Amino acid sequence: MTKSNLPENRLENRFPEKEPLLTKREATVEANRCLYCVDAPCIDSCPTSIDIPEFIRRIATENREGSAKTILESNILGYSCAQVCPTEVLCESTCVFNEMDEEPIRIGELQRYATEPAIENDVQFFEAGEPTGKRVALIGAGPASLSCAHRLRRYGHETTIFEAKSYPGGLNTDGVAPYKLHAHQSLKEIDYVRQIGGIDIEYNTAVGKDVTLEELEEDFDAIFIGAGLGPDNWLDIPGTDLDGVWGAVDLIAKMKVEEGYELPDDVHTACVVGGGNTAIDVVRELRGLGVDDVMLVYRRDEASMSGYEHEWEGAKKEGARGVWFSQPVEIVGDDHARALRCRKMRPASDDPDDRSLELVDGSDFDIDCDLVVVAIGQSKLGDLFADVDGVELDWGKIVIDAETGRTGNTKYFAGGDCVSGGKEVVDAVEEGKVAARSIHALLTDDAEASADEESTETAPSPVT
Amino acid sequence: MPDLSVNFAGIKSPNPFWLASAPPANSGEQVMRAFDAGWGGAVWKTLGQPIVNVSSRFGSLDYGDRRMIGFNNIELITDRPLEDNFREIEEVKRHYPDHAVIASLMVETKEEWKDIIARSIDAGADGLELNFGCPHGMCERGMGSAVGQEPKVCQEITSWAVEYSTVPVIVKLTPNVGDIIPPGRAAVRGGAHAVSLINTIKSIIGVDLDRGVIQPPVNTKSSNGGYCGQAVRPIALHMTNQLAQDRQVNIPISGIGGVETWRDALEFIYLGASTVQVCTAVMHHGYRIVEDMIDGTERFMRDKGFETIDEMVGKALPSYDQWGNLDLNHEIIAKIDADLCIGCQKCVAACHDGAHQCIHVGEDSRVPYIDEAECIGCNLCKYVCPVPDCITMVEVDNDKDSMTWNEYIAAKERGEDVEHPGKSTHQTHF
Ligand SMILES: Cc1cc2nc3c(=O)[nH]c(=O)nc-3n(C[C@H](O)[C@H](O)[C@H](O)COP(=O)(O)OP(=O)(O)OC[C@H]3O[C@@H](n4cnc5c(N)ncnc54)[C@H](O)[C@@H]3O)c2cc1C
Ligand SMILES: Cc1cc2nc3c(=O)[nH]c(=O)nc-3n(C[C@H](O)[C@H](O)[C@H](O)COP(=O)(O)O)c2cc1C
Ligand code: SF4
Repeated sequence: MTKSNLPENRLENRFPEKEPLLTKREATVEANRCLYCVDAPCIDSCPTSIDIPEFIRRIATENREGSAKTILESNILGYSCAQVCPTEVLCESTCVFNEMDEEPIRIGELQRYATEPAIENDVQFFEAGEPTGKRVALIGAGPASLSCAHRLRRYGHETTIFEAKSYPGGLNTDGVAPYKLHAHQSLKEIDYVRQIGGIDIEYNTAVGKDVTLEELEEDFDAIFIGAGLGPDNWLDIPGTDLDGVWGAVDLIAKMKVEEGYELPDDVHTACVVGGGNTAIDVVRELRGLGVDDVMLVYRRDEASMSGYEHEWEGAKKEGARGVWFSQPVEIVGDDHARALRCRKMRPASDDPDDRSLELVDGSDFDIDCDLVVVAIGQSKLGDLFADVDGVELDWGKIVIDAETGRTGNTKYFAGGDCVSGGKEVVDAVEEGKVAARSIHALLTDDAEASADEESTETAPSPVT
Repeated sequence: MPDLSVNFAGIKSPNPFWLASAPPANSGEQVMRAFDAGWGGAVWKTLGQPIVNVSSRFGSLDYGDRRMIGFNNIELITDRPLEDNFREIEEVKRHYPDHAVIASLMVETKEEWKDIIARSIDAGADGLELNFGCPHGMCERGMGSAVGQEPKVCQEITSWAVEYSTVPVIVKLTPNVGDIIPPGRAAVRGGAHAVSLINTIKSIIGVDLDRGVIQPPVNTKSSNGGYCGQAVRPIALHMTNQLAQDRQVNIPISGIGGVETWRDALEFIYLGASTVQVCTAVMHHGYRIVEDMIDGTERFMRDKGFETIDEMVGKALPSYDQWGNLDLNHEIIAKIDADLCIGCQKCVAACHDGAHQCIHVGEDSRVPYIDEAECIGCNLCKYVCPVPDCITMVEVDNDKDSMTWNEYIAAKERGEDVEHPGKSTHQTHF
């Protein structure tokens, strides 16, 4: 892997890929199975609207490079999206084969097959536009900002990304499950994206701390906020300060990027608190690392989990179990967590539409465990922008006009998790792309630029 | 950036990809959409005295779950009034002056030819294509393949058209002949500026066994149709090669028959075609297939260092020779990669029952081995093997000098004592 400054001995490297790169034969068979539908529903269910039938046809005609171009034209992070997208609920969910009760086309795997050689061999399809002399600051080097910056470079604007951490990629580098994508793959892709030239990244530079918004406003013509979400939300119960209690995103990042990090040897039983995708990810990761008994502890029932069904089914196959209607009330231990004390919950009424729960007095029980992981969401970073004129917040999320990515302040645009409160990489990519169009319109006084772009997708100057 | 534009016998086109005369080029609205999608030219659905068509009219040859690897039709020429067609040709040319619009024509008498040619040119057609190929219906009326099969008639009607025309004349040939050279030369003698081939091949696509009716059925009957699509490409490539090799046929060739991808198109170009035409693949997938045809061709040209289409035209022609000039001492044999082999033994059946009985299976492994002394290097096992690169053909250095059949016969005639060329195996003891 080139230019990746990640250490070699990272815990995530112990995870094999769940879906290895298709062989040529597999890709050919699958690509030829695709019907090349007209007005294909899969395109509509890809947030970045990749022309899926076209890229698959290009695989079938042995135009693999042209296939990569079709993908990257709509989604410059198409290589990692191919691996991290929940295709089961996105493109593949609307494949017409589902209508015949047949397996949908393996779109994600074909997308990786198409893009991987382009990334590996640095085949560039896009050129930077004629310099406009305009400068855009982007906050956070996650998928939203990277997508926005690449598009802005195609328009010819200068871009500087300010990133609090020492590496780029946001959660795509240090959050997504390692059996889907390894951190070095994310970094490799970012190297590739930056080959367009002129995407500067200032690492270890937290906006609001190392550089102020006033300074950015002064130095730049527009600002894109792609800061994602903040640290893990925390349980407000006794015992969370014990050793062996972790925030999910914190723990995952350690596994993915920290040199030599290991789970303590004596972890045999773990409780993961939460019911979302991050909780399920942690469960599967811990099982993958050999933790004997991994339980997902959730205050509602299985059917009410917000995490994807296919992910939870996978976790169960891997040996995880769920503990339902259970609310942690204390983490028990001396120095180190020894058990998670829970209280039973039950629906507050018989009305199935009423989702409220009540605690059952006297129902406390302890789950013995060596590790407690708190996966109840990430905090919102909106406060940082509370004082910016016109920028509106909704429970810490930044409010934008979805069509344009504009905030209430003409200079500020935003996209990604800091707006949505937490969606997928592919959504962040799309929102970055949309914002780039309106930033371009702002900077070129071209009110129609964004409208024109909409339909044709012809950002200037593809090279090959 | 490679340049895809072509000048085909004086007809300019932004790329070599044209719609063939058929349903995809039936109306102005369609042709304009095709140009927007990227097609460089269109040969209009054949014009003549409008006819009445039957329904149904198409038949399909499926193979496993692959639809339409072969296609047949019993459709005739345009069923729309000539005025409408000419008005639309004019409109298309007005909006797309740089694209190629060719009027395909089929009428009977000299007067009719004169009239329809004049009207086509008035409408702005960049060229004419004489449909001497339709092998059903029209030939019963003395037109279409009835003309293409008779070199004399072909030459005569071509010469009328050339006389009346001020734009290039392309003669579209029928493959329903024993030898494509005579009609090709006849077109040249008649003064044609180019030829195009192939039109469809006489065929019966299938029989409905439940009803006992030939497909496609028109109520309880059917007729022989014209075969096209993927499956006919080898025949079309052969005929293209034949004409391109012939010194007397020294005019541009437009290749037609089973083109679906950029690779298919390039095969025709490598065998001497300078434009290609497509019908069935567009009927199957729509105009949008041209997007990848263009992109794939451009990428191929960049990879191989070609700057123009012309540089590629006929690239593979020198590799063709008569059988008698092939080296009988060139020896290859099959090799099985035991690590890749999955043990299906398709190759064993193929070799034993369909080739040279030299692939065997031992006692303790499902992986077959090859008796190299017996292998005649026919390729069959390689084709039936489902695993990519598992069976490869490797060259054997047999220390023999090259010797063709013609050289061998000539040497024998000179009374020389020459060793019989080729490999001696259990079935060939020289
Ligand atoms: C555990 C986990 C697993 C996930 N798995 C998947 C998955 O499998 N598939 C999928 O599609 N999505 C997944 N997601 C969601 C996905 O990672 C996010 O939706 C996506 O990364 C959001 O991109 P972003 O650019 O908005 O924010 P982020 O990726 O969060 O990037 C924001 C960046 O901004 C930086 N930053 C924050 N504040 C500042 C500041 N003040 N100054 C400078 N820099 C700052 C951060 O350090 C970070 O690098 C997962 C999320 C989590 C938490
Ligand atoms: C339905 C149908 C109608 C056709 N009509 C015409 C026609 O009017 N004139 C003509 O010259 N060829 C006609 N053809 C032949 C095609 O132009 C073409 O030569 C042939 O189909 C081979 O190309 P393909 O394999 O790409 O289909 C027709 C073919 C089909 C399938
Ligand atoms: S393809 Fe169109 S014209 Fe033909 S049968 Fe179907 S609906 Fe009718």
